[in-house]
Amino acid sequence: MMSENAQEQGYSLRLLRHREIPDIDQLEVYRQHGGFKALHKAVTNMRPGAVTDVVKASGLRGRGGAGFPTGVKWSFIDNQNWPHYVVANADESEPGTFKDREIMENNALQFLEGVAICAYAVGAPAAYIYLRGEFWPIAIKLDRQIAELEAAGLLGDHLFGSDYSLHIYTHLGAGAYICGEETAMLESLEGKLGQPRLRPPFPPSYGLYGKPTIVNNVETLTNIPLIIDNGAEWYRQLGTEKSPGTKIFSLSGCVEKPGNYELPLGTTFRQLIYTHGGGIANGNKIKAIMPAGASSSLIVATEEALDTPMDYESVPAVGAQLGSASVIIIDDTVSMPWLINKTIHFFRHESCGKCTPCREGTFWMSNLTERLVHNHSVQSAPDGSEAALLRDVASQIRGKCLCALGEFSIEAVISSIDRFPQDFNR
Amino acid sequence: MPMTKMVNLTIDDQPVSVPAGTLIVDAAKMIGIDIPVFCYHPKMEPVGMCRMCLVDVGRPVIDRSTGQAVLEEDGTPKIQFGLKLDTACTTPVSEGMVVVGMSEKVLDAREDVIEFLLTSHPLDCPICDKGGECPLQNLTMAWGSGESRFDYSKKMHLAKHVPLGEMIYLDRERCIQCGRCVRFQENIAEDPVIGFFNRGRRIEIVTFSEPGFDSYWSGNTTDICPVGALTTADFRFGARPWELKAASSLCPQCPVGCNTTLNTRREAAAGGEIVIKRVMPRQNEAVNEIWLCDKGRFGYHYAQDNQRLTQPMVRKNGKLAPASWDEAINLVAEKFKAAGTNLLTVASGRLSNEDLFNLQELTGALGGQNVLYTHIAGGELTLSSGLTPGSNLGELGKGSAVLVVGSDFEEEAPLWWLRVSQAAKRGATLVALNPRPTKLDANATHVVRYPYGSEAAAVLAMLNTLSAKRPNLPESVQSLARDPELQAAAKALSEAENLVVFYGSEGMGLTGTQALAQACANLLLATGHTGRPNNGLVGVWRRANDQGAWEMGWQSRPDLFPAMQQAPALYVAAADPAGDDPSVFSPGGFLVVQDLYLTATARLADVVLPAQSWAERDGTLTSGERRVQRYYPVIPERSGTLPDYKIPGRIASQIGIEIESRAAIRIFEKMCTKVSSFAGLSYRQLAEVTEQWPIVSRGDLYYGGTTYENQSGLGVQLPLAENGAALSWPALSEINFPKLGLLAVPVTCLYDQGATLQSSKTLEERLPSPYVSISPADAERLRLTEGAVVRVSPENGNPVVVYIRVNAGIPERVLLAPRSLGLSIEAPTPVEVLLAERVAA
Repeated sequence: MMSENAQEQGYSLRLLRHREIPDIDQLEVYRQHGGFKALHKAVTNMRPGAVTDVVKASGLRGRGGAGFPTGVKWSFIDNQNWPHYVVANADESEPGTFKDREIMENNALQFLEGVAICAYAVGAPAAYIYLRGEFWPIAIKLDRQIAELEAAGLLGDHLFGSDYSLHIYTHLGAGAYICGEETAMLESLEGKLGQPRLRPPFPPSYGLYGKPTIVNNVETLTNIPLIIDNGAEWYRQLGTEKSPGTKIFSLSGCVEKPGNYELPLGTTFRQLIYTHGGGIANGNKIKAIMPAGASSSLIVATEEALDTPMDYESVPAVGAQLGSASVIIIDDTVSMPWLINKTIHFFRHESCGKCTPCREGTFWMSNLTERLVHNHSVQSAPDGSEAALLRDVASQIRGKCLCALGEFSIEAVISSIDRFPQDFNR
Repeated sequence: MPMTKMVNLTIDDQPVSVPAGTLIVDAAKMIGIDIPVFCYHPKMEPVGMCRMCLVDVGRPVIDRSTGQAVLEEDGTPKIQFGLKLDTACTTPVSEGMVVVGMSEKVLDAREDVIEFLLTSHPLDCPICDKGGECPLQNLTMAWGSGESRFDYSKKMHLAKHVPLGEMIYLDRERCIQCGRCVRFQENIAEDPVIGFFNRGRRIEIVTFSEPGFDSYWSGNTTDICPVGALTTADFRFGARPWELKAASSLCPQCPVGCNTTLNTRREAAAGGEIVIKRVMPRQNEAVNEIWLCDKGRFGYHYAQDNQRLTQPMVRKNGKLAPASWDEAINLVAEKFKAAGTNLLTVASGRLSNEDLFNLQELTGALGGQNVLYTHIAGGELTLSSGLTPGSNLGELGKGSAVLVVGSDFEEEAPLWWLRVSQAAKRGATLVALNPRPTKLDANATHVVRYPYGSEAAAVLAMLNTLSAKRPNLPESVQSLARDPELQAAAKALSEAENLVVFYGSEGMGLTGTQALAQACANLLLATGHTGRPNNGLVGVWRRANDQGAWEMGWQSRPDLFPAMQQAPALYVAAADPAGDDPSVFSPGGFLVVQDLYLTATARLADVVLPAQSWAERDGTLTSGERRVQRYYPVIPERSGTLPDYKIPGRIASQIGIEIESRAAIRIFEKMCTKVSSFAGLSYRQLAEVTEQWPIVSRGDLYYGGTTYENQSGLGVQLPLAENGAALSWPALSEINFPKLGLLAVPVTCLYDQGATLQSSKTLEERLPSPYVSISPADAERLRLTEGAVVRVSPENGNPVVVYIRVNAGIPERVLLAPRSLGLSIEAPTPVEVLLAERVAA
């Protein structure tokens, strides 16, 4: 089991602590294990800027996918414009990502404490948790826990007798992948159609209702209480120099033991897949890895690739991004046209329609991948030019989109055609 | 004005210097480089959605240690280009920037975006109304690939005739989701009644108002739509753009004076006649920018209505019978000559300056009196305290202030509402001083209320909070002056560098508006806000040329109806007193009516003279902002009719008086020698054009839309009369609310039952049935619900049967009676309201 592995390696889990501490989602148990010490310490003993400084020093990087240094983001908050807001991105919509859900279902108090510390650090009187619509049972649970915390004086007005007051609210999305993009999420939270805004300005200067806003992923925020509690140096004990700490890897696809694995950043693909994930299912051979869900490029599963450390710097070297670390394993029974037909259908379905290349391009690409899969020979040229056209259309999208959705939609297409040409020559 | 920092850059190797903050796309436009756009529009904030304007943007490399630009070997600054192309519509210029718009990379990107757009565009150009003036068509020809790689059979096929309400149709296949219409409605029209629904390729424009697309501004979306997705019910399938001729005109519907271009075509459907096919905005950044309200756009049909009079009529044996012009003119001349000084001429501001001048010339020559047919008085004050040359609402912003008092502004003068709202968004102080909430409140910095009847008192109260208190003020002024919001508004107005005051006629007749105008003039004078550009008094008149009438010395007359009854000879032009108030109009003498239709008044006339609409002749109108503008003949004159200016000339000539009436230009020349504020003007000056921003033209529709550029004149603002302005204490009249019943107050609605709107099929469904509005509290007290049919009996007037509307903004005990919509009252009047069934029972 995960916990055994962690303990064998001489460290405790930081995010999936419920696996080691039963009932940590109960306030009493959470407090027995140091819960809300960090928030108390921050609010009663630290200036907001000092909290941000500790987070900066920890080297924590955003777990939503971009890997931007969290403390640096907090320091960008525009102090000339008030009020400030904090929004926790609990949209968790990348296919293959299911880490935030486990945190919120089992270790939500640590997450909520992280939200509160972040809000204190940037002076926000209100924080919103934006959850994907399917997470409505979690929202109900969070609402109950927030009420419990307010009753216990751990949230609400005049925290710990200070001048600082904080209210946390949950908000359910209506089922759009794009609302995981931070500016589309803010639009949706404002009650508008979920479409991304132009950036810049970025949320720390122009966010919710046009006010400075910090948007952080659930996993990112769940790290915060332990960092404040134990200090930046402690945090850096695990992970790599530039990618410190642990990360939850959502392992799925053709593996024996799919699931969430909290491991230090820098753990290799091989360790994740074989040591923790039990290897490839059904005795098949590994063919490719998608380290960042549907938005991933496909890595050819060479020995070298398998030995690549999973951190924000090393993964790009093998032609992909770590992203939210939703590692999907593809075995040799899977054909690439089938695979990209799946991902393109997803992006076509989820394109918000705001910008032309994404709206029209995903539509066109899905048209072509459909033909590739179903081999509509009438339209399909025998020399594989269908794939060439598909690649052309995909590269025609590249660099022209308003937000990352469209840009990511082509990663799997281009990388699969380039790296697995044999799959397209039928 | 603070000096704006200028930024130097090059675009396609052409150097340009523009104010900091300018977007690349606009900077390019200024030097004649067209960067193609679909979603960007120079009147709206950029959104960067369509991706058509991608360009390569390079910036000088700065050495961080020295802060100096890094140089290439040849001494030129080293330029760093971005990894990706940037959208020219969202990227502001910066010093030393190098923009490349014609490289292979950029041209490829344009071709790519066009290709994407066309994958779901039906390419039904041959049957599309936009074909021939379509940005997508033009930009495809300019930058597209010329061949398709997308199977037509795989295209999206969507509904092609979706009514967004009955005036605007949506073709879902053609829509390229640029959002210009949605953003226009939200940010400029401030009627967010259309929006995007769904997502991805299924995203579509929907309306969520009842009736659909419920806005006075809907037609503008068809101008800025870069494809044929939005078309007007008025024009769709009506003609191809290249068949149309264009003539410059003015909107005759309200005192704003919007510049228009009328498109005409000779067509079989009209029996081979030349007919107006549509009204388009013509750019005048000092008047209407590039916008038109729907009344102006769709209300033109009366010019070519079959109900038009086409020959004179003379009463014979008690009945009006057709007659020749000679017969009619001879009779009129004989009667007018006999009446002499007893001739009373009544005309409205629907007529041009030239028409009014000649009516005045004839009347004056006989020693008679000419009276302006209006319910708004005080125009003489605008001659000395009105706007001056150089005034432009489009320039008002921080430091300027606008007071709108007694006016439901959007209903009375839509474009002024739009421009004043935008001034407020640019930072101008905007005070909405009204007896009830109006749409203007949303942008107002100060919203101040007063009870109906206390309009002038409210303005005097403002003045009183600013200056030494007069000891014996009426109680109505004193109590209003205690309102802190009024005090704050007064302070803000007095401190502003510029102040424009608009006064309307909400709940007022001649007496009320006269007092209000004087109070407003006092406020302007006492705070030093006259005689400079962007300062002064503006009347929110009912008709397009009321201002021109005032400039020429026409006056209103409170006892007009009795005077008309007593006049031995009455000459009514472009006015319908019998239609407006049948209960009080009964002419006693010889009645001559000069009009387009057989109006209620014409039916009572002894002689009816058929005149021409504005579209058949030329002339000038003077807007409320005192801008004299010229309009041109658009369609041939209807046979048997004469322009209004010619008819008094014919009458005069028969009497033996010489009045210049050969052509409008000749009359204008003469007028300029006789009317002091027109001194020195000429048609030629009115036709002068200077460059305007944004640059819009028919050659590059992609940028500004299908609005017409102005090639026919921006008009000239009149100078103020010297030393005419004086403080004077207006007569304040208290209104006593009736003990029982309600106080009916006249208000103005844009869409009424006025004669000029009746022949517009497009507006038909938007024209309400006669109604009155009351507050929810009164509705409950009277046990009336929305839609109930009631009999409203005014004190000393004829009862009318109308619908009830219930509106939360209306004060208790007040009943709003829209003008030309059933209940005709000149001034606040007590009324009794009874459910019509109860009356019947």
